Amino acid sequence: MPEEVKAHITGVVFQITSKPGDSVAAGDPVIVLESMKMEIPVEAPRAGKVREIKVAEGQTVQEGDTVAVLD
Amino acid sequence: MIDSVLVANRGEIARRVLRAARAMGIRSIAVYSEADAGWPHVRDADEAVAIGPAPARESYLSIEHILDAARRTGARAVHPGYGFLSENWRFAKACEEAGLVFVGPSWQVIQQMGDKVGARAHMQRAGVPIVPGSDGPVASLEEAARVASRIGYPLMLKAAAGGGGIGMVRVADESGLAQAYATAERRARAAFGSSALFIERYLIEPRHIEVQVFGDGRGQVVHLHERDCSIQRRHQKVVEESPAPRLSAGLKQRLTAAAVTGARAVQYTNAGTMEFIVQGEEFYFLEMNTRLQVEHPVTEEVTGLDIVQAQLLVASGEPLPWRQEDIVQRGAAIECRIYAEDPAKNFMPSPGTLTRWVPPSGPGIRVESGVAEGCQVSVHYDPLLAKLVAAGATRDEAIARMARALEAFVVEGLRTAIPFHRRVLASAAFREGRTHTQMVEEGAFNA
Repeated sequence: MPEEVKAHITGVVFQITSKPGDSVAAGDPVIVLESMKMEIPVEAPRAGKVREIKVAEGQTVQEGDTVAVLD
Repeated sequence: MIDSVLVANRGEIARRVLRAARAMGIRSIAVYSEADAGWPHVRDADEAVAIGPAPARESYLSIEHILDAARRTGARAVHPGYGFLSENWRFAKACEEAGLVFVGPSWQVIQQMGDKVGARAHMQRAGVPIVPGSDGPVASLEEAARVASRIGYPLMLKAAAGGGGIGMVRVADESGLAQAYATAERRARAAFGSSALFIERYLIEPRHIEVQVFGDGRGQVVHLHERDCSIQRRHQKVVEESPAPRLSAGLKQRLTAAAVTGARAVQYTNAGTMEFIVQGEEFYFLEMNTRLQVEHPVTEEVTGLDIVQAQLLVASGEPLPWRQEDIVQRGAAIECRIYAEDPAKNFMPSPGTLTRWVPPSGPGIRVESGVAEGCQVSVHYDPLLAKLVAAGATRDEAIARMARALEAFVVEGLRTAIPFHRRVLASAAFREGRTHTQMVEEGAFNA
């Protein structure tokens, strides 16, 4: 089952720390957001392979937006 | 006297400086990014200049854009506020080279105190106690291990070029050193472009006490007493007060004397803060903030003095407006930082639109606010919305006024730290003045 990784806060994409095809463990950062001078990782909710990154560095994302999809 | 000042900042501190300038008849100039058009600080100034898009590095952190705004408006002086370019010596130097008065210390002192390792060494030579640690940046993990075995665990790895708690890593014991060292190096490089680290002993349940100083650049330095800023989250202050509760007269005397000695040793000009960490009756120099401090209002409330107006006077070449014996600490004052962040979610940022904003008022209540109803609080800047300050004849009166003001403060549209502050004010630890810098992390004020 693919699973969407959602941003838990509103912020600007600071860094993309994984790419499609990467295997991630639960809790690994998939991307890092910057909000109000804080860097906040968006973590994989479970282990899996990254299917798609849906954002680009510098892009603003709202809380609840999908930032990546896991296979 | 300078006849005009450009305020290179935004939010509540820009408003604070603009207000002081206007009260002194100095033409005031604001700058703003695209995200801040129409914000209160823009309306407060005599003139306002757009300096670029929302991201700070293209606006409030752009030396070029700010100097250009100064040229276009014929500003005589620049006040940097805090944060942004305030402790960037290159900015202060660029102001000087452009013929502008920089409201603050010389760029040389900013550079000297900005190098945290060099500053410690300098203060140690001046006779100010420092936390046991490495004499400078450590060259390798092997050297770190040698220093660690000399000073003992637990300890802290800190970025030599850092500040504000960014990039600090705590090490509990020898087995954790190698991994912590790698983490700290990586963070330091990412945040400051330099992976140089230094080591300090990690103190258990310390207090953060700082001393407001003011110098004329010719060796004359006064202090405006102390502030206790022990309640911190992520190594950043959230509640500050003056006087520091339960501070013995002897320790207070040694702290203020050390602060004056340290500031004198660098021929300090204008307002600055000597920060100390206190454990029991011992204190150690932490760092010097070469700028106006967020929490300066608590000092103003207990001394009755206007620090920002004094900054503008001294920057104009006037002598210090006070003698040490004129500076008396009366009553008590507390400040709560009203951050747009969610205390229920570990103080995560909470940007959004302020749909309702009703700050409290009343005797002894002062609100330094950067926002107004309808403002869109963006992800681009510091989350500080306002500072709520309560003063009273006694600490108990200040606490009672602050507790009532926090109950009355209405904010809708985003989450704020107000519920957290209410719990702090209600806690026995705060009421008894038994706080330390690790309490928030330990969950002492959790709901």
